[in-house]
Amino acid sequence: MAVNELVAQSVVKEFSHKKKSFLALDHINLNIGEHEFVSLLGPSGCGKSTLLRLVAGLDKVSEGQILLRDQEISKPGRDRGVVFQQYSLLPWLHAWENVAFALKKDKTKSKQEKKELAFHFLELVGLKGFEDAYPSQMSGGMQQRVAIARALVYKPNLLLMDEPFGALDAQTRKEMQDLVLKVFTEARSSVLFVTHDVDEAIYLSDRVYVMSAKPGRIAKEIKIDLPKPRDWNVQLSEEFLKYKREILVELQSQKK
Amino acid sequence: MGKLRLISASGILLVFGAWAIVTYSGLVDALFLPTPTQVLLEAKKQLDDGTLFLDIEMSFYRILMGFLLSTIFALPIGVLMGTSKYWNAFWEPLVGFIRYMPAVAFIPLSILWFGTSDLQKFFIIFLGVFFQAVIMIADNCKTVKKSVVEVGLTLGLNKFEIIKDIIFRAALPSIWDTLRTIWGWAWTYLVVAELVAASSGLGFRIMQAQRYLSTETIILGILVIGILGLVTDLLFSYLAKIMFPWREREKISN
Repeated sequence: MAVNELVAQSVVKEFSHKKKSFLALDHINLNIGEHEFVSLLGPSGCGKSTLLRLVAGLDKVSEGQILLRDQEISKPGRDRGVVFQQYSLLPWLHAWENVAFALKKDKTKSKQEKKELAFHFLELVGLKGFEDAYPSQMSGGMQQRVAIARALVYKPNLLLMDEPFGALDAQTRKEMQDLVLKVFTEARSSVLFVTHDVDEAIYLSDRVYVMSAKPGRIAKEIKIDLPKPRDWNVQLSEEFLKYKREILVELQSQKK
Repeated sequence: MGKLRLISASGILLVFGAWAIVTYSGLVDALFLPTPTQVLLEAKKQLDDGTLFLDIEMSFYRILMGFLLSTIFALPIGVLMGTSKYWNAFWEPLVGFIRYMPAVAFIPLSILWFGTSDLQKFFIIFLGVFFQAVIMIADNCKTVKKSVVEVGLTLGLNKFEIIKDIIFRAALPSIWDTLRTIWGWAWTYLVVAELVAASSGLGFRIMQAQRYLSTETIILGILVIGILGLVTDLLFSYLAKIMFPWREREKISN
């Protein structure tokens, strides 16, 4: 039995506002293994981002528990890294400073070491030469590259990505997916990836949880047995289409 | 750029032109509104005997002290108000209440307490400016995007670090704008304080001129205050460009 990085047990999340309550997540069970890439896929409003925020420690569960290496999550921490959908860079810092900012709490490294690490990770995400740019001088795709570098630089065990490419154009999005495949194979962290894009989920993941909305539930769990490393060709393969069909049928059945 | 400068200059020229026309033509009695020449002569006179610079120095010192005093207290309190609901709960009703009391109405009391000393001027400026500054700085902090605060949380920053390294930094350009606005108000309160009780300063000079119906001195005083305000305002925006280079690029028009 493989080691579990993350386990969610009967997680319920209820939002209440002025005596009205709304059930966002209804008894969610899921797990993420070590070095495993897991996607949460579902229509908007299915609570996938809510679930990610619970794992990040930005919100609290109403019932159930989420365990990170057997420790219950109570607040945000440096054992998890988060890449938000957009606008998460600090606009007053240069690209490299944004990456180095993640090392602020790291007392073991000198300023110079932090700068070198930041430069190294910017190179890794393909931003060599843009170290001194301000976020406002960069495109959305470049900003997300910086955000990924920032989440990688302090080597968290689990990376959480909340529709990180949702605001990007199709071409940039494809580039970013390949980047993610490349850097996460190297970094060997576990990943929880939230998306509403079926192809993206299959292409990147080892496992996909398909969710349904109102209330948010796990409708289906699909293991993606496509060989790794993957490149875009795999998206044209029979197996890929088989997974895609399976997921689309599931999503379609939810509409009835 | 040159075109914009021209437009800026034309606005000022228009006002001065109108002034020149109504006065030189004799349309308005010189007692009510002196001609530009008279004002310039008065300026030369005051430059020669040194009163102008003495007045400017005096007024500038008072406003600077009043402004600094207000800012030193308003900055931490405003930031705490904008970031902590407990501080906010304590200060908001208090500040909201005092803020609406007219500072000018405190002048008689202030004279009773501090005489006509500089302390009295600081007090009036502080009273007029501090409470507004606190509320505005708190608002500057409250409007910082939640997303950047959450980034700090996920990176393991504690509450103090979030305030210092994220909220304060993110709010700094708008806090700077607040201080710029506040500086303008401080001028108003200074002049009001000097009009009532002072033996030097630009406001005093204006008040004294009123007794002798020396309107050219009044106009000169008003113009000098305007020019000083304009110069400091330009200084504020120049410093903003140096301190917040990243912000320039975020503006809509460039």
